[in-house]
Amino acid sequence: MSVTTDSPQAGAAASMVAAPDMVSRTWVERLRRPGAERDAAAAELHGLLLRTARFEIGRRRAAFSQLCGADLDDLAFQSADDALMSILRRLADFRGDSRFTTWACKFAIVEAGVKVRRHAWRGREVPLAPEFWPLIADAAPGPQQNAEARDLLCAVREEVERLTVRQREVFVALALNDVPIDVLAERLNTTRGALYKALHDTRRRLRTALAARGLGIAMGDEP
Amino acid sequence: MTANEPDDARALAERLLGPQEPELSCEECFDVLDVYVEHELAGADAGTAMPAMRAHLAGCSACRDDHDSLLALLRTGSGG
Repeated sequence: MSVTTDSPQAGAAASMVAAPDMVSRTWVERLRRPGAERDAAAAELHGLLLRTARFEIGRRRAAFSQLCGADLDDLAFQSADDALMSILRRLADFRGDSRFTTWACKFAIVEAGVKVRRHAWRGREVPLAPEFWPLIADAAPGPQQNAEARDLLCAVREEVERLTVRQREVFVALALNDVPIDVLAERLNTTRGALYKALHDTRRRLRTALAARGLGIAMGDEP
Repeated sequence: MTANEPDDARALAERLLGPQEPELSCEECFDVLDVYVEHELAGADAGTAMPAMRAHLAGCSACRDDHDSLLALLRTGSGG
């Protein structure tokens, strides 16, 4: 899946960095080497991933008020285990565009982040209906600029009602109700990437519809 | 969520409609997240160098969370 139309911009990142540094090359070589050396490197890497997962879970601790320290650490271990498996499976993908440890840590961050978000929403109903639309119609009249903003938001609401049921549910859940995309992906049995593609396409459709009505957030309006 | 203040209406509309410029997918964002963050740490203007990545981070809260965490981790010096 690709949302973008400018993959070369992603590729440009590779041209901004040098070849793998010595430490990174050593990591990869050790992890590729068979036997005890690989096991030792994997154990060392797991330690780094575990510290990273604990860091991420610590940042999201507010979402875990119902869990004790042992539960949280179990979650961190699961995240580190899953991250290590992904790294070993994708080791050939490491090109040295960053330090190996930075590349590896992002796996643990994402694994822990997904687990945090899903855990926090366990047992909660995912709101797919636009029940939380702001009561903008009741807002007091203000300066012209603010009135235009309210008109824009009213138009967004009208255009959302014209979406298909699926488009509307995904848009409302993700963009309006702030349901984490990993949580919605799990509930709808799809992937984070596929859901974001759906959201991206819906946003584009809404912007096009608003532009046809002479509304929208023009680039010139941005500071 | 409430947006009873007119200023909030504008901000909410912008957030709902997402970034206007071309953006990466979540998978592409993950692929270059480490490079983007290291550029930021080096003091470079990563957003200008990788505008499609900047746009995705503006539109995808989950990827933005991941980005913020990786950046925070490395700033502590705990990233290996």
